[in-house]
Amino acid sequence: MSASLDQHAASVGNRSHPLQTWQILLALAFVLAVGKALLPPGLVRPPEWMILPFDDWINAAFDFIRNDLGLVVVTRAIADGIEWCLDVTGNLLYGRNRWPRIGPVPWSVVLVSMTMLGYALGGWRLAALAGGTILWIAVMGQWRWSMETLSVILVAAPVSVLLGLVTGVAAWRWRAFERVLNPLLNIAQSMPHFAYMIPVVVFIGVGPKAGAVVTIIFSVPPMIRLTLLGLRKVPSEVVEAGKMSGASQWNLLTRVRIPTARTEILIGVNQVIMQCLAMVVLASFIGMPGLGQRLLQMLQALRIGPAFEIGITIVLIAVTLDRLSRAWAMRKPVHHNPGTSWARRHRLWLIWAGLAVAAWLLAQMVPYFHIVARGQALSLAGPINAVVNAFLDVVSPFTEALRRFLIVQVLIPFRDAILWLPYTTVLAVVAAAGWALGGWRSALVCLAFIVPIAMTGWWDRAMITVYTVLTAVTVAALFGIPCGIWAAGKPSRARRTLLVCDTLQTFPSFIYLIPVVMLFGVSDVAVLAAVMVFAAVPLVRYTVEGLTGIAPEMLEAGQMNGATRWQALRHIRLPLAFPTLLVGFNQSVMFALFMVIIAAFIGTQDLGQEMQRALSATDVGKGLVLGFAVAFLGLMVDHLLMRWSDRVRTGNRRRQGAA
Amino acid sequence: MQRKACLLAGAAALALSFGGPAMAEDSSDPIIIPIHNWSSQIVMSHILGEMLTENGNSVEFVSADSQAVYEAIRLGDVHLQVEVWEGAFAESFDAARAQGGIHAAGAHDAITREEWWYPLWVKDQCPGLPDWEALNACAEIFATPETGDRGRFLGGPVDWLKNDHERVEAMDLNFTVVNAGSAAALWAELAAAERNETPIVLFNWTPNFAEAVWPGEFVEFPPWEEGCLACGHPADGYLKIAAWDGMQENWPSAYAILSRLNFTNPQIAEMARLVDVEGLDPEDAAIAWMEENEDTWRAWMN
Repeated sequence: MSASLDQHAASVGNRSHPLQTWQILLALAFVLAVGKALLPPGLVRPPEWMILPFDDWINAAFDFIRNDLGLVVVTRAIADGIEWCLDVTGNLLYGRNRWPRIGPVPWSVVLVSMTMLGYALGGWRLAALAGGTILWIAVMGQWRWSMETLSVILVAAPVSVLLGLVTGVAAWRWRAFERVLNPLLNIAQSMPHFAYMIPVVVFIGVGPKAGAVVTIIFSVPPMIRLTLLGLRKVPSEVVEAGKMSGASQWNLLTRVRIPTARTEILIGVNQVIMQCLAMVVLASFIGMPGLGQRLLQMLQALRIGPAFEIGITIVLIAVTLDRLSRAWAMRKPVHHNPGTSWARRHRLWLIWAGLAVAAWLLAQMVPYFHIVARGQALSLAGPINAVVNAFLDVVSPFTEALRRFLIVQVLIPFRDAILWLPYTTVLAVVAAAGWALGGWRSALVCLAFIVPIAMTGWWDRAMITVYTVLTAVTVAALFGIPCGIWAAGKPSRARRTLLVCDTLQTFPSFIYLIPVVMLFGVSDVAVLAAVMVFAAVPLVRYTVEGLTGIAPEMLEAGQMNGATRWQALRHIRLPLAFPTLLVGFNQSVMFALFMVIIAAFIGTQDLGQEMQRALSATDVGKGLVLGFAVAFLGLMVDHLLMRWSDRVRTGNRRRQGAA
Repeated sequence: MQRKACLLAGAAALALSFGGPAMAEDSSDPIIIPIHNWSSQIVMSHILGEMLTENGNSVEFVSADSQAVYEAIRLGDVHLQVEVWEGAFAESFDAARAQGGIHAAGAHDAITREEWWYPLWVKDQCPGLPDWEALNACAEIFATPETGDRGRFLGGPVDWLKNDHERVEAMDLNFTVVNAGSAAALWAELAAAERNETPIVLFNWTPNFAEAVWPGEFVEFPPWEEGCLACGHPADGYLKIAAWDGMQENWPSAYAILSRLNFTNPQIAEMARLVDVEGLDPEDAAIAWMEENEDTWRAWMN
């Protein structure tokens, strides 16, 4: 990637200088690599004195905070509060033996309620989706697990929304707070999930409450950002109007600003729900019950049929919640004409109440409508297994050959090559890329991200992560970008592709692991395939968006000059779409980093595996060090690609201005 | 919550001891049983769950990391663990015991061993086994594309925290450790190897169903000593039952059942077989086992 990057920078940069600093840096990198045999060992791998015991320091700090300052008492008190809420939702949804001891609510009642909610928010189609999901869960005998999952989300999502809202408002109100918050959010959003979990285990323990807490922590950042964004966008006229009607500061905030920012805030709520679902499976590593735990067990037992069924359930829940919360965000408040009767204004509520009572009575008479017992549940596991096995018999010679070829011819040589490079070469290349794209500042920023990784002592593992991400994103680009170009050919096709991408992005990341484990078993190639598919989605999406978002005048100009379709694509559309494409690459890398860490449970050899060990040993220091290493890799790539994108965008604008 | 309940129970017990003979009643709070990632533990947990439910207790299961669980028991977040393997968990268990809050409520008759292991067909291809030096001498027959010319040792999931990497380094073995993601992945690889009688050496343990399906032997490493790296795991390890200190007070009758629990090697292997070979759900396997062995577990009930 760095080669094309440098070429491009060359065409953008000033050509009058014979030799630029970044070229010198690149030459230095080259010399270091070629002369590896002559280098002192301290330049090949970070020398002992350079490696600092960050993990011991962090552990000491955590011990101090936890035991000497007694923070553990506070966190456990908070956890007890959360546990109380979980007990209530747990009792209502699946009859956990806790206060108020009235549950579980019969599934038929939930079915009626969700269908009505869907109808109220989005008409018959949403009603069918919501009702169908609930029906599937109940009939397939997955009620209890699904309700265990939902009972945690039902607590985590509101807490997260509230926390995000308050923090967002505070950041909007106090600039200084925002300045502190922003880098924290950046790091938080690029930290892998496992890294969060270890401190949570230390401070909260394991079990559903820990699952809820880690879910909250993970889902707060987008809410904060969107609240902030919404409040920023409130037009000053609206605020003026509020002031003129004599509103106090508090009234201005609660009655004017927040309602005006409603759409952004509700999209934030949607994001929170989706992030909660993304955590469903991962949080089961620290004791979150429900679908995630079940899926993990089934996958680990290599029982593809049941795992597939649970996967479908998780996807259905994700898509339903996504569509419902989006419909809610887009809904305009309804105003009734004065004089409408109470019953008319609350028509849907009344219908719901009637149906719910009917369903409840039915459940009292026929137990099947209360809870579907283990023996009564339908299962597709048998047929799915049969289909999968038949399919595998056909493709396994092919996948086996592919796997062998990829491992022997591509992956191992590439991995060995990356591991062979002296770390100083990597540092020089990174600095050169930074310098080429954003001058000495960017070079310093990049070094500030990567040098600490060298100082942690996890260099080799980090390079294996880099190799996996690099390979996966490259392959993803090889088929994702042509896919995107093809899809952008027709507006209707583009719309449909974007819809598919949207839906794929609502799938919790773990889902992607099911089919690859099926096809490739537990191996390097399986990891790569999962990472690749996951990373391809944003690439397709941004390619389509970049190509369809071009102003028609530009294309017409090309046509008038007699450009063929290929020429138009090559010389006009792709260059103009390039900045958007870079944003796609950026997301793709982020997704890949997340996925590669999650894939640790298939058996990888990189930072993710070490992180899983750290989680097992509840070694906070090691876990956070590894987490920061991954976050820094992500932030470095983010910095480089965003700089590049900005640069190309201004270049394009200038060129357009000249034309 | 638990704390409070525990305090209340303590206070009530105190009050009663002055007022007359104390009736030891189990608390109505649920007993939380952790589930790990190998079959016999899951099935045994469900068997215990069924027994406690019959005893009138309320029971909940949570999935938990098999190392982190001892810290969780110590704090009273989960309340017991039915399979504490010496080779894998003695370290975490002892560390938690040193801090207080957790103790061994009993021990199974079963003798455990976890070690590098090979199926019998390997023996013809590598003379001199089960000696570790012989194994090391023919390391290259275990090579795979991933490991190049070094042999592959297929280890268990990383959260079992085995010291295989350290051992390979300390003993200078010609092997690369590749960790499988789960126990099932180990069996899948073993079954695949069986088809062509491909040489394979992997992590295995007893009691386990695998001994019945694939006859094989453990590799003999230098015997285990406290803290050694260039040696094997203990050859006759214990299998204990861990419990939270507050358990006896909160659920005396459930605790009594727990401490009477005592399984043998064949029984544990059978539990694993029901899931790993027969393909039953762990819950169903627990019921199936209990139907077969009614006398065994009835004897442990109150």
